[in-house]
Amino acid sequence: MSGPAAPLPRIGVYVCHCGTNIAGTVDVAAVRDWAAERLGPHGVVVARDYPFMCSSLGQELIEKDIRDLGLDRVVVAACSPHMHEKTFRGACERAGLNPYLCELVSIREQVSWVHTDKRAATAKAEAVVAGGVLRVREQVPLEPLRVPINPTTLVVGGGIAGISAALEIADAGFPVHLVERQPSIGGHMAQFDKTFPTLDCAACILTPKMVTAGAHPNITLHTWSEVTEVSGYVGNFSAKILHRPRYVNTDLCTGCGICEEKCPAKIVDTEFGAGIGIRKGIYRPFPQAVPKFPVLDPDNCIYFERGTCKACEKLCPTGAIDFEQRPEEITVEVGNIILATGFEPFDARRVEPYGYGRLPNVFTSLEFERMSNASGPTGGRIVLRDGVTEPRSVAIVHCVGSRDRNYNNYCSAICCMQSMKFAHLVREHTDAEVYEFYIDIRAPGKAFDEFYQRVQEEGTIFIRGRVAEVTDALRLPEEADAAGRLIVQVEDTLAGRQRRIPVDMVVLSVGLEPQQDATEVARRFGITCSSDGWIIERHPKLDPVATMTEGVFAAGCALGPRDIPSSVATGAAAAARILGRIQQREMALEPVRAIVDAIRCSSCGICTDLCPYSAISFDAAAGAEVNPALCQGCGVCVAACPAGAIAGTGFSDAQILGQIEGLLMVGATDGAPSPVKTETAVPA
Amino acid sequence: MTAVAPSPSRLPDATSPPAAGTVPDSAFEPLIIGFTCNWCSYRAADLAGTARIKYPPNVRLIRLMCSGRLDPTFVLKAFAAGADAVVMTGCWPADCHYRIQNVKALRRYELLTRVLEELGIEPVRFQRVYASAAEGQRLANEFERIVDEVRALGPLGWERDIVALPAPEPEEVAT
Repeated sequence: MSGPAAPLPRIGVYVCHCGTNIAGTVDVAAVRDWAAERLGPHGVVVARDYPFMCSSLGQELIEKDIRDLGLDRVVVAACSPHMHEKTFRGACERAGLNPYLCELVSIREQVSWVHTDKRAATAKAEAVVAGGVLRVREQVPLEPLRVPINPTTLVVGGGIAGISAALEIADAGFPVHLVERQPSIGGHMAQFDKTFPTLDCAACILTPKMVTAGAHPNITLHTWSEVTEVSGYVGNFSAKILHRPRYVNTDLCTGCGICEEKCPAKIVDTEFGAGIGIRKGIYRPFPQAVPKFPVLDPDNCIYFERGTCKACEKLCPTGAIDFEQRPEEITVEVGNIILATGFEPFDARRVEPYGYGRLPNVFTSLEFERMSNASGPTGGRIVLRDGVTEPRSVAIVHCVGSRDRNYNNYCSAICCMQSMKFAHLVREHTDAEVYEFYIDIRAPGKAFDEFYQRVQEEGTIFIRGRVAEVTDALRLPEEADAAGRLIVQVEDTLAGRQRRIPVDMVVLSVGLEPQQDATEVARRFGITCSSDGWIIERHPKLDPVATMTEGVFAAGCALGPRDIPSSVATGAAAAARILGRIQQREMALEPVRAIVDAIRCSSCGICTDLCPYSAISFDAAAGAEVNPALCQGCGVCVAACPAGAIAGTGFSDAQILGQIEGLLMVGATDGAPSPVKTETAVPA
Repeated sequence: MTAVAPSPSRLPDATSPPAAGTVPDSAFEPLIIGFTCNWCSYRAADLAGTARIKYPPNVRLIRLMCSGRLDPTFVLKAFAAGADAVVMTGCWPADCHYRIQNVKALRRYELLTRVLEELGIEPVRFQRVYASAAEGQRLANEFERIVDEVRALGPLGWERDIVALPAPEPEEVAT
């Protein structure tokens, strides 16, 4: 705290009404008068209120006071600093005041929006303002830290979102490392047959992008690879990428496919094929895979299992098979990161009453996609599990694993449209009757509702109700001729009665879930996921592709369920954010850092072990020293230094102690209406 | 001026039901300082606001960059300046924005709790709460719980009970 010798600062206090957002619960005039009267001894020379402090006029009010009244500190009581801190710092800077001498205290998110009692809220708002005043009084002018931005970007996830992001950056002339866990880029979109509502062939529109990304001089592909470790900070990240062994020398392989053709090991393809295709021990997941090189699966290779075979090695015309390959870890230096790690389909087995995994003719949406795909295992024929019989009737069940408190509370966004696309495809490929079992039809996109109408006109029967059960057990006499078929039990909520509808095939439109390791991956990149497991945006409305960690962005379904256009858009948006930074070459960061006072440092060395960034170097003679480029400003060393030799800029001891004192200036039961503006303070 | 919503009974006013426990002063409303970390619990507090989730106005928040910044001095200062309780909030242990710094905060918390107990400050008055940026509701629930607990416990009485405490007999310490 400032000693008696320090001259009193000149502080201006500005209380925002935020329309009625604040003024509806907090008596802003009373807060203003209280600040002017009670905080005068602490340096407050002017206190004002204004309907919208963030408006140009509100900001000009502050600027004018700084110039006319010679203010050297400003406290704005308004919304969260995460909302408008920049705005008010900018106003101060324009008026010639160091922007860090402006303190934004939250009386909206922390007061008016969470409390209802006007008197108590007003008292708390006064306390919050006092905390801000006593805190800013101890603040010193700061300069932002400038860090250089490495122009290379790391994109994690090679689905459509990651490919779009990578291409935007690469086309702008900057290098990209694109990391994909699977043997090929393409993601889930490569598994799909058609896209809704235009019925474009998914592969026809995706593969050109895959080829461009694979051949782009600015894109380095790391398929069959994962990022295992990330360190550094915005502009200067270092990432370790693990290349899993393909057992194929990619310098020699021509992608001719002879190895795959001759490999005697056949297994069910549970990855790309969604469990209904067959692949070999050495394989490319699909014909248009990028890169073209196959991957040998050691868990299903006869040589790895029994020590003999090596058919692929014997028959490879270029000698590219290499059984001795080992995992390889490389390190790349990048300036920014985009996480486009996508989703996983909900496991339909979890909804036991629907019988997936037990009743053969219950399929998942992904199985249906593979089946209706011309390059899929049935060559595009829609058939029952026996592989030959065409269904005469098909039930499509919406919201499997979504909008269901037993599984996921959220709507998976794409399933209604996907289900209606299936209905169209069934009717296009077969003569079957199609039922859609839905809760609500959600078709809010461009040309979506028109597609809904089209599918209705095509004769698909829509039944509103959540399916209770799919069963092969016949219960009613009239079901006798349904032997061997499936019965869908549902409450038809429009007709108001229970129905049991016999069908040959059931398609479960499963929801989208985060990747199983989403939370672990998020931690690796220093970001957080919501309780559902989707990456949390910096701001859900206004900063939808940034995360709370500078330099780490997110795109596509890693952020939450979305369709292809939105995945492309978020990929491009993240790329645009990064390109702006690359063009600037450097970035200003908050000057929240630790600084050692060499004179007070006793050379005990406690701080060095506490720093997770190894930012503190230690020399027994010179004491500790903090590298400001490595320091991230957590303040643990500041709190730990027994000599009090480490200061934390922006969050100094004096600032925090001042804020504590200010916050406690008003008691919990204080805040009786101020004698000045009684008409605005109505005690409950 | 906008109409004032009727106040729920938990809010501090004369019509509040008397607080439970040993407190003779039925009007007692505790003052609680909550330390938040910039990345998780402060965001949770913001989220509670945006979602209009209510909690008692007894809690007043201070933003730190990390719960690891919490200097024990801050806690003692808060008690000395009139707080009846202090809450340390932050990211869940594995979710720290600064990798593992909240674990260091936890170590300090455990130690400080023991020191406070020596001073006669009950563990209820110094609690920790984890809340991710998505857990506005959880943070509000925890604040409500802590306010209820401290209200039942009564005022701290720093001057009367803690500062005036006779100094303990000095133990023999090997030098």
